Amino acid sequence: MIGTHRHLTGLEELSREEILQVLDLATSMKEVLSRPLKKVPSLRGKLVVNLFFEASTRTRSSFEIASKVLSADAVNWTASSSSVTKGETLVDTARNLEAMRPDVLVIRHPCGGAPRLVADHVGCAVVSAGDGAHEHPSQGLLDCFTLREKLGTLEGKTIAVVGDISHSRVARSDLHSMPKLGAKMRLCGPPTMMPIGIERIGGCTVHHDLREAVEGADAVVMLRIQHERIGDPLIPGTREYSRLWGLNARKAAEWLKPECVILHPGPINRGVELSPEVADGPRSLILDQVQNGVAVRMAILYLLAGGSPEVHPAGGARS
Amino acid sequence: MSMDSEAIHRAMDRIAHEIAERAQENGGDLAIVGIRRGGVHLARRLQAQLASLLGKEPPLGTLDIALYRDDLSRSGAAPVVGPTEIRFPVEGKDILLVDDVLYTGRTIRAALDEIVDFGRPRRVWLAVLVDRGGRELPIAADFAGATVRVPAGEDVEVRLVEGGAPTDAVVIQPRGHA
Repeated sequence: MIGTHRHLTGLEELSREEILQVLDLATSMKEVLSRPLKKVPSLRGKLVVNLFFEASTRTRSSFEIASKVLSADAVNWTASSSSVTKGETLVDTARNLEAMRPDVLVIRHPCGGAPRLVADHVGCAVVSAGDGAHEHPSQGLLDCFTLREKLGTLEGKTIAVVGDISHSRVARSDLHSMPKLGAKMRLCGPPTMMPIGIERIGGCTVHHDLREAVEGADAVVMLRIQHERIGDPLIPGTREYSRLWGLNARKAAEWLKPECVILHPGPINRGVELSPEVADGPRSLILDQVQNGVAVRMAILYLLAGGSPEVHPAGGARS
Repeated sequence: MSMDSEAIHRAMDRIAHEIAERAQENGGDLAIVGIRRGGVHLARRLQAQLASLLGKEPPLGTLDIALYRDDLSRSGAAPVVGPTEIRFPVEGKDILLVDDVLYTGRTIRAALDEIVDFGRPRRVWLAVLVDRGGRELPIAADFAGATVRVPAGEDVEVRLVEGGAPTDAVVIQPRGHA
């Protein structure tokens, strides 16, 4: 359980305390990853099924490694090799997988709301690994974790999120978590990639000028253009996009505070939203994010696979 | 039975001397590991005492056994996991595990499993302030400040000034009283 939640389908429904519960636990999990023997027995005998209806390397391996470090067994299902291609519905697929008695179902799906639908139909815990343009909760949590680790706190910090806000589930998860930790958000991108009324979520301002958005910011989250989710072109071309909304060494040096850090959920389109000098430069926390992702996902799995809903009478014998 | 500050200090003094003697007999490389949370402050006290008795300060680590517990799927919410910090190589060391109260032995079982995942110690000793009996596993303390039989319905609580108590004390009271 994360606070009162049996599933993790989005950060919108998590409170500040619930987010901090995961982040604090992830700190302990990160220590486990630094041990000579990177394995603890806490989820021994638990089964984690990764059900991926969309391509992913980072997130799927991250959940798989997190499962294995905690001694859970991990099984991967990918849509291309499954009976989905033979016409099975999502709920039927999930119910069939559930009959194999997993403890956690990690699901990525191109449609927003799919993990929630599955959660309503199965008995095991469901974790969203990204659903359409809705949310990517584990990514939002690892972004918070990485920023808290580098900045000490998110309280009073200004964080700019730049790029294809409309199609980015990472932007939405960041926006549903970082303000709860006290951060002020600036969203920036072309008007065609900015959802109308997004500022109603709260804690954010909308910008279309990159300089205005990143000047004075403590951190900048750069996003990729989600070509796979875009039908008609929303921008005239990637060269123009790069010139107006991409970050290169010159803009970084002139506009960013010296201590400002840069995040990117990956995969990067080098030369479009980030130039190689910036992506690989000293401000970049991109590889920290990947490393922290395993610790954060360990915390999520531990909390959701760990306890059963029935309360143990003695609360567990100690000493 | 209860212990006041003076009794606790006397007990810790005696344990420290016994440990120092045993460590010198063995001529090994001693390191102390306190089990969170009750054992950490006691481990720090023993470290200071042993430093003066042995003329050399043994390294100190802390262990949180939450990830090694055997009752995870039986307890309601997953237990809080605190930090484990072992910044010295465990390989070949004489490890002194320290906890406040020894009861069922399950915490020590978990701690032993966790320690050996850090390396292969030459040996492991166990020091506790209070051995209250009631073991559910074949585990015994090598050094105990006090040995007392406490019924299952009662709790042994060790309060230390480092933990915010006004004065050191060991209190035995009915379960759930705190």
